[in-house]
Amino acid sequence: MFNKILLAADGSEHSLRAAEKAILLTQNNPEATIEIVYVINSEASKADVLRELDTDAITLKRNQKLLPIQEKMKEGKVNFKVKFIHGEPGPALVKYANEGKFDVVVIGSRGLNTLQEFVLGGVSHKVAKRANCPVLIVK
Amino acid sequence: MLLGEHYSKVASYKSEVCMETLSFRESWLSNIKNDVLAGLVVSLALIPEAIAFSIIAGVDPMVGLYSSFIIPIVIAFVGGRPGMISAATGAMALLFTTLVKDHGIEYLFAATILTGLFQILFGTFKLARYMKFIPRSVMVGFVNALAIMIFTSQFPYLFGQSLPAYVMTVGALVIIYGLPQIIRSIPSTLVAIVGITAIAIILDLKVPVIGDMGVITRSLPSFSLPNLPITLETLLIIAPYSFALAMVGLTESLLTATIVDDMTDTGSNKNIESQGQGISNIVAGFLGGMAGCAMIGQSVINVKSGGRGRLSTFIAGGFLILLIIGLRDYVVQIPMAALVAVMIMVSVGTFDWQSLKTLGITPKTDAFVMIVTVLTVLFTHNLALGVMAGVILSAVFFAAKISKVYTKKQLEQDGSVKTYKISGQLFFVSVTDLLNAFDFTTDNKDNIQEVIINFSNANLWDDSAVAAIDKIVFKYRQYNIKVTLSGLNEQSARLIDKLARHTDLNSEPPKH
Repeated sequence: MFNKILLAADGSEHSLRAAEKAILLTQNNPEATIEIVYVINSEASKADVLRELDTDAITLKRNQKLLPIQEKMKEGKVNFKVKFIHGEPGPALVKYANEGKFDVVVIGSRGLNTLQEFVLGGVSHKVAKRANCPVLIVK
Repeated sequence: MLLGEHYSKVASYKSEVCMETLSFRESWLSNIKNDVLAGLVVSLALIPEAIAFSIIAGVDPMVGLYSSFIIPIVIAFVGGRPGMISAATGAMALLFTTLVKDHGIEYLFAATILTGLFQILFGTFKLARYMKFIPRSVMVGFVNALAIMIFTSQFPYLFGQSLPAYVMTVGALVIIYGLPQIIRSIPSTLVAIVGITAIAIILDLKVPVIGDMGVITRSLPSFSLPNLPITLETLLIIAPYSFALAMVGLTESLLTATIVDDMTDTGSNKNIESQGQGISNIVAGFLGGMAGCAMIGQSVINVKSGGRGRLSTFIAGGFLILLIIGLRDYVVQIPMAALVAVMIMVSVGTFDWQSLKTLGITPKTDAFVMIVTVLTVLFTHNLALGVMAGVILSAVFFAAKISKVYTKKQLEQDGSVKTYKISGQLFFVSVTDLLNAFDFTTDNKDNIQEVIINFSNANLWDDSAVAAIDKIVFKYRQYNIKVTLSGLNEQSARLIDKLARHTDLNSEPPKH
């Protein structure tokens, strides 16, 4: 059973679809909890601080981005919590997933084209390669 | 989800990771290995920038290098934000350009010391919280203008060069942006500088090098007073520069501190940081350096490399001077073309690209304020003036936005009583609208006996609002129409009690 589920989320369409699948994984398992993990990289930190300048306001804004996902969790009556971590999305997620001993990571594929995928290497790809647990990449 | 729930969610999140400030001891000793490594990385990345910023200011490279040695070491002890890197910066260097050109380098040292004094006062009077009065769009305009200024300052070394120089700049850019895709542990700017310099030396290419720009010595900085007469005239020359420097330095420092707060989930003391910036600038000024401030780019590099404590800042400054003493003969041979590439990267990294992406969807006034801030800086070459223009313009827009006054008129009791229901914020901007809302002469002709002004949806803010109401009351009194004010909220009523003259029946109308 997948009891400890990590949902990588950034508030995008893709992460919303990933959230639906994560909820699906919790069906018929009251033990299951989902941790919604939002990775903030230095670029995002800079942009957010420039716009808000106040850490409380920034936290509020980031939470708002995850509201649609949280609402889905509530509808599905799932135990969940929200966690913000800082770093580069790929490595930060891998580290968090491995250290937290999660049973599964659910992550949306951003749908880059072949060239972008080759040059940048998708976050989902990195996580799939380096996480110690199964990874569900949602298209 | 309900908003209340949402807020409680945020609150619980806040308490979970609540911004803890490291103790002084922790900030030195809790992260030794990573702090040392990150400090070394930052120190390597600081060198090319310190030299380039000196050239922007129009002084010898040693001035910037001394700054980037002294400021981090001092602020490691007296700063309020562990893990943040302060040194010579582009924003400050740009402000020095005209001072050095018109008056000479001694004025730069004096202005640096005065800048520090201003910043200490700023911190002592706990003015950091007033940073909130700088609107976000001005902030964004500030960093964009800074980025553009750094970029344009490179034009003399970018254009009109020989072919080898162009190839070097492009090659350095390829390394700077390409290398991090493969290795992230070594700063790519350093690899670019070392690589391009090595090629230039080996191939014996004749391109402009740093040694051509001024003297780089092997000596440690020494104490000296600015060689200037201490007169009012000197003070009048440097004071405007120092004030602009102090403001720009604190703006960038407090912005950077908040970014480091966010990236590390820890808190910092902004007033201590302001004082720390001041102290380190004063020390720099007496030791032959120029005023600096916190650096967004370097601080991000430091945190990403694992730096969290004061030790990382200390190492960054200390290692820099060792490198200069040890490698001086190589440093003077760095081609300007490679340095230009580093500055292009700094300016690209400084620019807020998101502001371009969202330019179409941000409110028009915000976008306009941002653009005016940028343009003012580009035309005046002064970041402080740009911020001032931006702040004033946003204040005007804000005033215009909230100064809309709405009036609802209603006749009662066979048309002998007329009610004006006022909605909006009444202050010096909106009083004209308020006065125009009343039909004094027609009310007289219509034989109105009493006018009731209802303020239940309005707020009085200043004596202009009270004076306007006075004027209305007196005007109606001239026509022998009785005026009743109703629905004033507590604050507005208090203001009227304090300032209004119409309550005193014997008073004369105000002479407007």
